[in-house]
Amino acid sequence: MNMLEVDGLGHTYKGKDGSHTAIDGLDFTVGAGELVCVVGPSGCGKSTLLRTIAGLIRPSRGTVSLHGNKVDGVPSDLAVVFQDYSRSLFPWLSVTRNVEFPLRTLSRTEREARAVEALAAVGLSTAGKKYPWQLSGGMQQRVAIARALAYRPSLLLMDEPFASVDAQTRFELEDLLLRIRREQDTTVLLVTHDIDESVYLGDRVLVLSKSPATVVAHLDVPLGPVRDQITTRASDDFVELRAKVAGLLQGAPVTVR
Amino acid sequence: MSGAPRVPASLVGLVGFFAIWEVASRTDLVPGYYLRPPSVVLPTMVTLLGDPEFVRAVVATLAATLLALVIAVLIAVPAGLVLGSVPPVRRAVMTLVEFLRPIPSVALIPLALLTFGTGPDTKITLAVYGALWPILFNTMYALDEVDPLHVETARAFGTGRLGLLGRVALPSAAPFVLTGVRLSFAIALAVVISTELFSGGTIGLGQVVNVASGGGLNMDTVLAGTVLAGLIGYGANAGLELLHRKAFAWSQPKVGAE
Repeated sequence: MNMLEVDGLGHTYKGKDGSHTAIDGLDFTVGAGELVCVVGPSGCGKSTLLRTIAGLIRPSRGTVSLHGNKVDGVPSDLAVVFQDYSRSLFPWLSVTRNVEFPLRTLSRTEREARAVEALAAVGLSTAGKKYPWQLSGGMQQRVAIARALAYRPSLLLMDEPFASVDAQTRFELEDLLLRIRREQDTTVLLVTHDIDESVYLGDRVLVLSKSPATVVAHLDVPLGPVRDQITTRASDDFVELRAKVAGLLQGAPVTVR
Repeated sequence: MSGAPRVPASLVGLVGFFAIWEVASRTDLVPGYYLRPPSVVLPTMVTLLGDPEFVRAVVATLAATLLALVIAVLIAVPAGLVLGSVPPVRRAVMTLVEFLRPIPSVALIPLALLTFGTGPDTKITLAVYGALWPILFNTMYALDEVDPLHVETARAFGTGRLGLLGRVALPSAAPFVLTGVRLSFAIALAVVISTELFSGGTIGLGQVVNVASGGGLNMDTVLAGTVLAGLIGYGANAGLELLHRKAFAWSQPKVGAE
């Protein structure tokens, strides 16, 4: 079953100094339980794609459907993790309150239970009473992930989620994400500019062209559900795939706008 | 190294001020008869604080100031939220706001006294008028500064317009609002005391000062009341600053993590 269907999606920003087409004619699907990485050159419209799926931007053309329902406005069962954790977490709320933020409609006990569970899943059980600014960057991003998980979304959207942390933390968070989706069977669409990351995390990689972004390739990643930062990245399949993605990105047709 | 009493750095200016005042009043720099020295004024203030009549006046002034401040917050914060988040309303009302704001409350005292009489209503009304603006403006401009990613995050989790206002805009604006309240306290206090100066028969610090100044015979009381007003303002500011640090630790410059 397809969790997400993107059909002929395009978006053009209209500004005073002309218009800019960020994405154009995008078609793809994400199956339930799949982790799909979207990789594309910087400024190719990846964030626009993610924001149209999240219902934050109304696309100029095409449709987005979430488990069969056309997205019109912000879907109720979708969560987003942004790159900039320091601006995405609410600084005036404790870690626990941040995680509980989207759970307004639940009872208090239910909210607390979800927060405890989600914080445990990201390894932050003892940090609930702290405030975001008291945590390191990697821990803050864990809180943002916990908040998204606590919401139990049908689809988890991640916008360059690990681009602002150091390399070591990045590896930890990547493995955290792989473990969580194995345990919780979460459907994830992750946008990144990092070729290695897209191959390491994805069941599938969608390669986008330069702006206006179109899908230039769908690649299956046959690396299995359990991956390891050292052995997986050294495996022949990985090396071959990353070279393929890199080639596609370089050879992606350049369109002058 | 002991001996001379140590003065905390934050009080150097204040102590220096009192020293200059003392010298100015003891020498013939200014007519010393009216400008009583602090060595006379401060003991007078302590004595006065033991006088129930005087204390009643101080309490009346403080109560009026605080009440005015609370009313100003209740009006200015919602108004600031509306002006800050509904552009058409802002466009329609800003000219009026910019016209009203520069009018000093003190200039409205005669009108207010004739309209409302010399009761507490008058000073409270005028103080509310004066105290509104810093709170209104700080609330309104704080809304312009709300991080768009906070808004986007909340929206992505299905937060509606009202939810955004109450759960994102208001908390991020709160530290600025409190700064506005801090500025407004001093204004409210000044307006209340000024109004009392002109309101014969009312109870309040301003009226005590006014009565004592008659004939210039009780200048130590006049100055004691004046210094006390300053001390009240100082205390309120320090208290609100402390509250700011405690309640809004998150909005302080970031230290610690990473």
